[in-house]
Amino acid sequence: MLFAAKSYNFAATGSRERIAWLFLLPMLAIMAVVTGFPLLNTLWLAFTDASLTGRGYDWNWSGLENFAYLIDDKNFRVALGYTFYFTIVSVAIEMVLGVLVALLLNQDFFGRTLVRTLMILPWALPTIVNAMMWRLIYNPEFGSLNALLLQFGLIDFYRSWLGVPGTAMNMVILADVWKNYPLIALIVLGALQTIPKDLYEAAAIDGASPWKRFWHITLPGILGPFSVALILRTIEAFKVFDIIYVMTRGGPADTTKTASFFVYQESFSYLRAGSGAAYAVAVTLLSAMLITIYIIALRKTEHAP
Amino acid sequence: MMERTPLASIFVYGAVAALVLSILAPVFWLFIMSISSSRELTELPLHWIPQEPDFSRYIRLFTLQEGSSGREFLYAMRNSLSVSLMATGVALVAGVPAAYSFSRYPGRMALLYGVLVTYMMPPVALILPLYMVFSWLGLLNSQTALVIVYCTILLPFVTWLLKSGFDGVPIEIEQAAQIDGAGLFQTLFYVTLPVAAAALGTAVLFALLLAWDEFFYALLYTSDIRAKTLPVAIGDFAAGRATDYGLISAVGVLASLPPVLIGFFLQKSLIAGLSAGSVKG
Repeated sequence: MLFAAKSYNFAATGSRERIAWLFLLPMLAIMAVVTGFPLLNTLWLAFTDASLTGRGYDWNWSGLENFAYLIDDKNFRVALGYTFYFTIVSVAIEMVLGVLVALLLNQDFFGRTLVRTLMILPWALPTIVNAMMWRLIYNPEFGSLNALLLQFGLIDFYRSWLGVPGTAMNMVILADVWKNYPLIALIVLGALQTIPKDLYEAAAIDGASPWKRFWHITLPGILGPFSVALILRTIEAFKVFDIIYVMTRGGPADTTKTASFFVYQESFSYLRAGSGAAYAVAVTLLSAMLITIYIIALRKTEHAP
Repeated sequence: MMERTPLASIFVYGAVAALVLSILAPVFWLFIMSISSSRELTELPLHWIPQEPDFSRYIRLFTLQEGSSGREFLYAMRNSLSVSLMATGVALVAGVPAAYSFSRYPGRMALLYGVLVTYMMPPVALILPLYMVFSWLGLLNSQTALVIVYCTILLPFVTWLLKSGFDGVPIEIEQAAQIDGAGLFQTLFYVTLPVAAAALGTAVLFALLLAWDEFFYALLYTSDIRAKTLPVAIGDFAAGRATDYGLISAVGVLASLPPVLIGFFLQKSLIAGLSAGSVKG
């Protein structure tokens, strides 16, 4: 029996190695088929002029043509710009709001446990339901946001929140922030609770101002989980697709068309597989840079005592 | 805790009230819309509370009549359920031994990080080839295709999460079992897994949530009630011409119930799972 090795038989190095790989085999086999192969295939496609047809690709080599085109493509640069805008603004607000709310939830108040539980609601709401919910709230004719602002006298007429370039992206960001900042708050709160209380008391006795206490005690205490959450959110935000698809479909006038949406359209609306793949490779490389930063940060925290 | 001035207390309670309101109001409004009549929802100025709650949409969504919105909804619910469960099952079958190997036979760190990288990679890197392969195999618009493609997300995630779960199981109890003559598989099934049951449960629930939430692949690879999942169906409802906002809201409420319940249930293990990389946006 290969697997039912008795007692310390499998402690021998050679057989240990074999068992280790054997246990990894199903996972590696599946990942090779569903991730490895498609990834390589995308890379190959990027160097062809393939088009998506009903029966396979119709293709010829085109060398670096796709990439030459991509570099000069103003529309792609614009889409990347919107992606960076969405990523930076939404993640920045989520992180700041997350820390502020975590500090609030770390105070003593009546009903604290209940409020903390409530923070899970936006996180657990499916992304698509969140997008649809905000789309209805923003509705230009009957939406509750318009009704609310009008009844409070903050606007004079109903606005088309998602129909105006410039405003639309910010409204999408608001919906994204509402869903994602509570999670940051919970992560930071978890870190806050590991900071010993007597540190604060000692600092207060020494006459340190609240601001100083925040910089020298609170911030170092939450920095680890905070930066991991920051990088993970950045990686996620950069891939944004779902919320855009449901709320604006990239409009108005392509002002919410992000990189993922761009690749999606190039590949599946215009059926240009070759150039679609080239854009996909570019987006993947940018993501890879973020992921590398994450791995480095992760290894650092793991090596720290 | 240090003493608070009355002013500070007022500030804290004011901020908490604003926080609770901002979290609850949109969700509460979603529910209100689902029980308001279409007439009330399109009336100006808007009445906030319906005069008579109208639960007819929920009844309509649970009828299977040909061509009804209920049919579309119920099939989508079925597809979401079975795809999530099957994909989680596959991820577990391959992920448990892989995580065990990473935990107990260290030395393949690069590979472990490679697993993490594939989890974070943007789906656009894979969509075209997967589409072609599914097309060749006649798997487009099938649950099977979604189960396969969800492995790209769930398998690395489950492996990563379970690896840290197994790390928490003391090796001594495994050695004790082996001295008693248990084989490797027996040790894994009867000793390690039961001890790591909490981590296993967390991994299963997170995997289900991830699959339930997935939209991009489902949008690309499914086209009708045979395989469309709830997120895609909701996208359709929301984009439909004849828009009954109340109906869309009711679908949203129903689609949110399972993950929200799981979310509250997961509360304790949430932070642990999050640090393992489930900050999914």
